[in-house]
Amino acid sequence: MQISFKNVSYIYQPKTPFEYKALQDLSFTIPSGSFVAVIGHTGSGKSTLLQHLNGLLAPTHGEVEIGDYKIQADEKNKQLKSLREQVGVVFQYPEHQLFEETVYKDIAFGPTNFGVEKDEIDDRVERTIDSVGLSSDMLERSPFDLSGGQMRRVAIAGVLAMEPSVLVLDEPTAGLDPRGQREMMDMFYQLHRDQQLTTVLVTHSMEDALAYADYVLVMDQGQLYMEGEPLEVFHQKEALNDVGLDVPEIIEFITKFEQKFDTSMQYTNQPLSQFAEQLKNKLKGGHHDE
Amino acid sequence: MERSFLTFNNVSFQYREDYPWVLQNVTLNVKPNEWVAIIGHNGSGKSTMAKLMNGLLFPQHGSVVVDGEELAEETIWEIRKKVGMVFQNPDNQFVGTTVKDDVAFGLENHGVPREEMIKRIQQSLETVGMSSYENQEPHRLSGGQKQRVAIASVLAVSPELIIFDEATAMLDPKGRREIMNTVNHLRRERDVSIITITHDLNEVAMADRVIVMNKGEVWHEGTPREIFAKQAELTDIGLDAPFVTKLAHELKDMGLDLEMEPINHEEMLDALCKYHLKT
Repeated sequence: MQISFKNVSYIYQPKTPFEYKALQDLSFTIPSGSFVAVIGHTGSGKSTLLQHLNGLLAPTHGEVEIGDYKIQADEKNKQLKSLREQVGVVFQYPEHQLFEETVYKDIAFGPTNFGVEKDEIDDRVERTIDSVGLSSDMLERSPFDLSGGQMRRVAIAGVLAMEPSVLVLDEPTAGLDPRGQREMMDMFYQLHRDQQLTTVLVTHSMEDALAYADYVLVMDQGQLYMEGEPLEVFHQKEALNDVGLDVPEIIEFITKFEQKFDTSMQYTNQPLSQFAEQLKNKLKGGHHDE
Repeated sequence: MERSFLTFNNVSFQYREDYPWVLQNVTLNVKPNEWVAIIGHNGSGKSTMAKLMNGLLFPQHGSVVVDGEELAEETIWEIRKKVGMVFQNPDNQFVGTTVKDDVAFGLENHGVPREEMIKRIQQSLETVGMSSYENQEPHRLSGGQKQRVAIASVLAVSPELIIFDEATAMLDPKGRREIMNTVNHLRRERDVSIITITHDLNEVAMADRVIVMNKGEVWHEGTPREIFAKQAELTDIGLDAPFVTKLAHELKDMGLDLEMEPINHEEMLDALCKYHLKT
């Protein structure tokens, strides 16, 4: 589903002394089927943006369009329930939201609430537990006896069991060890492709934004500060540093290398081995004038 | 032999009798003024170790000795004055309504006289660079600022060891940098041992020594350089090596042997420079 924001502003506690503009005149379009990363320092408006995607918040001004759904300021928005079936949100530390007695019941909770048939629910639970990389042997266990990483996967399976067409991920790898982080992101990427999802990833990891996203939105002070393809955005190191963001480490390193050896190098997502080869050639190549 | 500030002697721990052992036969030392990083996969026992260091938990076997005294019910209050802890979630460690009050809380608990208290609050907020925020409400601060206040609260009690239990995990890149700069500054300004428990490999590279945990046991310990040299094995136990290490190994594979194992950008660039001059 295509997502578009048209001049969206959101004000917390308007017309009070605590009035706070969290989003200001925000406009962008996320085409259906894309994988978009939203980056920005704490307080830049990422979470407020995220809460507009499934109607937890409605804009104070402007309009949000998600597929055929429209959420507008000052209007009673009636189709929220069906919108929320379409937009699955994985919040930060989703394992904190587990509450059922068994893994099965926890995964089935969402679809049951939306009135999905029992047989269909069984099917979905089987499918989703498999797609998050857990064994169906676990279904009758208590989610609280699992490891942190497994609990997170169960919580994610609960979101996937709704069969959403948009998946919103709020820092899904926070607190995981390096292997857990990589496995988790690979899993989302696979789901994104296999189920043709539109994926919105809110992240502090510039490495993940570079590795997985095909488009990046950069937020600052509630406004869209920059947008573009990852390589386009991450080559603007100074502009990103100005709003408290880093660039992925490899690009940071290239910048320092270029300065030290007075040369230039391109990063185009090449594998590290190829990058090392180019680095070596640069060092040799610098010699012809001696 | 050099004095050890914190010692684990064959420590084993399980949360319940019918639960598996979380730590098995762990022995380690942290020297005065040393910075030790503890890394390991999720569930390797890192956070349990932190809780054993100031008596939030007690081991079933073995002993934990802090500054020459064994941790036990009778000694924990003395030992907690010496061991401060900064936790992961910046929002879960505030009690005061202003930054100043929050830093005062620990001092009040330790019965520090008012004059002394004011001095210590000022000093510790200055160390973390938060003096101009002393009358602010903590919830209005950024994540990095909140963690710096949490560090100031710990510092005010003048501990000899500060444990950072994934204290940067929930912060944005800027917040992380603030905390690491603060830790570096601390090391220059005060006599204090530091333990950082982290998944962030660039933080690990800054420590004097690294202890790698795997499945509740000490898998290896050494300098960051020695640890990162075991790149392949680190991946096997669910960890990773930093970008610079991976790059160095790629270069080595194609016959470009750098003299030493670089662990940060500057060392890597210097090593490349040396290679460049030789060829």
